[in-house]
Amino acid sequence: MSTTTQNLTDTPDEPRRIVIVNAGTSDPSSSRMLADRIAQKTIDQLRAQGIPASVRLIDLGPLAGEIAHAIVSGFPQGALLDAVHQLAAADGVIVATPVYKAGMSGLLKSFVDVLDNDLLIAKPLVLSATAGTARHALVIDDQLRSLFAFMRSLTTPTSVFAAPEDWADPALLGRIERAANELSAMIATGISAAITGKVWDKYQHSFGSNARPDGAAAEFNFDTDLMRLATGGSSVAAHS
Amino acid sequence: MQFGIFAVSDITQDPTTGYTPSEAERIDASVKIAVKAEEVGLDVFAMGEHHNAPFFSSSPVTLLAHIAALTHRIILSTSTTLITTNDPVRIAEEYAMAQHLAKGRLDITLGRGNTVPVYPWFGKDIRQGLPLALENYNLLHRLWSEDVVDWEGTFRTPLQGFTSTPRPLDDVAPFVWHGSIRTPEIAEQAAYYGNGFFANNLFAPNGHFKPLVDFYRKRFAHYGHGTEEQAIVGLGGQAFIAHRSQDAFDAYRPYFNSAPVYDHSISLEQWAEASPLSVGSPQQIIDKTLEFRDVFGDYQRQLWLMDHAGLPLGMVLDQLELLGSEVVPVLRKEMAARRSPGAADAPTHESLVRAKYGDAEPRQPRPNANRGDNVTGTSPYQDSDPERPANYPVLL
Repeated sequence: MSTTTQNLTDTPDEPRRIVIVNAGTSDPSSSRMLADRIAQKTIDQLRAQGIPASVRLIDLGPLAGEIAHAIVSGFPQGALLDAVHQLAAADGVIVATPVYKAGMSGLLKSFVDVLDNDLLIAKPLVLSATAGTARHALVIDDQLRSLFAFMRSLTTPTSVFAAPEDWADPALLGRIERAANELSAMIATGISAAITGKVWDKYQHSFGSNARPDGAAAEFNFDTDLMRLATGGSSVAAHS
Repeated sequence: MQFGIFAVSDITQDPTTGYTPSEAERIDASVKIAVKAEEVGLDVFAMGEHHNAPFFSSSPVTLLAHIAALTHRIILSTSTTLITTNDPVRIAEEYAMAQHLAKGRLDITLGRGNTVPVYPWFGKDIRQGLPLALENYNLLHRLWSEDVVDWEGTFRTPLQGFTSTPRPLDDVAPFVWHGSIRTPEIAEQAAYYGNGFFANNLFAPNGHFKPLVDFYRKRFAHYGHGTEEQAIVGLGGQAFIAHRSQDAFDAYRPYFNSAPVYDHSISLEQWAEASPLSVGSPQQIIDKTLEFRDVFGDYQRQLWLMDHAGLPLGMVLDQLELLGSEVVPVLRKEMAARRSPGAADAPTHESLVRAKYGDAEPRQPRPNANRGDNVTGTSPYQDSDPERPANYPVLL
């Protein structure tokens, strides 16, 4: 089982894990290409600071069947569960989606739908999208930002959108570098661990979440009104 | 270890014939199934509680009391009794009454219920389902362990000087199982009181409920009721058996295909492979059930869902024959051979009486004479402790 507790200060020499979630399904996929470039720049910037980093790729296309089953059954399994564990262990995430019908890929939304609500809390995350026209440029800010706000992720201030003409525009590289800078800064400062280390209990968690799979009894928060009620306490006192 | 069956009382059209049994037929069939379960040597029959069609069992305790009169050995239980929408006072009274009539062959499994409108129909709010379950059980526990209860909570009118009658048989409450599939607070409550924890072990991947069962075991030990392996664990499951594996799949498939409780984006074979659903030959059912033990550790009660999804009565009775003659006897032997010496035995009324009284005679509460008002004095019982008087509201 993968370790999921992020504690960057305790393990300074562990390579930082950057995970790409690619919803593009063509080969080659321009969404994938965009995510790869952001990942490479992020690694470069981390290494420049003496921080080793590695990249893992979650391609959603091959997981499409598993994602559909998980939507219906409620339980991610097999390779999809492996992907969930990779995300749980990620120090930074790059999400890349094509724009379909003026929106994010349904495959990406379905994937996020089956994640535990607390899986991406305080996780540094770059939003990126590709589209056939620049008129879809607001899909990231309209749709992806609100989705990952619900997930309580730390989305970088810069998102990266690429329409066909952008691939010939040096300004795209500028935005990629800016987003990579923001992501690497978040990873390097360990802000995620600083947040979750202090207030993890204050978020809503469901038992057995993949965010902290080994945390069943050891990390469990017993200091709640419901736990007091479970152990013979009075709800009258607890609610007054 | 106890082996038995549990049901939810669905009345479902048989997809192979188009026949839908009447409520009267299904209720009669359930009685026959319970009697058959005892005949084939099973230890437990449990029935659920529902307040919406197409289910008939709005009052499992009534059904169980009737079955108690027709049987001699089998333990009767619920799957589950709704601790949220029922008044815990009525649960205390009714199940103590049934426990007397069943001569102790009755225990109870508490659940929250997941049918949203049932809550408002009974004047409750499903968003308060968990605190309702927790508070109601706290009260139920007191009603069964104390002669006279003063109590105040959030969800029910307060009680002053209330005695739940009859007192439990031999002054030993029916054993309580707390059923849950995802709620650590329920597991915590089961552990705190030293009660049993039941995971229905249905409709989820193999081993899905292990973290919650492990949590319950840890907390059971934390509260000093024994070691983790002495915690009282019950598991559900589901079985369809035929002498030949392929016959089991062929016969069960039409019922599986029309059952709404499964994710039909994967096949029956995949379900049987990846979830606790057991379909196949007696040996396959045996192997699968032994795997439950490998995953969850030694446990005390195994219940299978056998009567559901429109299976006709004759087929259910045949299934019970196979279960009782070819599966359970082998499982008894194999489970016993694998069992850790430290594992607890399954609780029964006799074992609970022994634990409370040893070789002494159990307490038999005898009320004082009727004074006309029934509410004055320290206690309605002759042998109650006068040092613990009931407190009544101050009259101004």
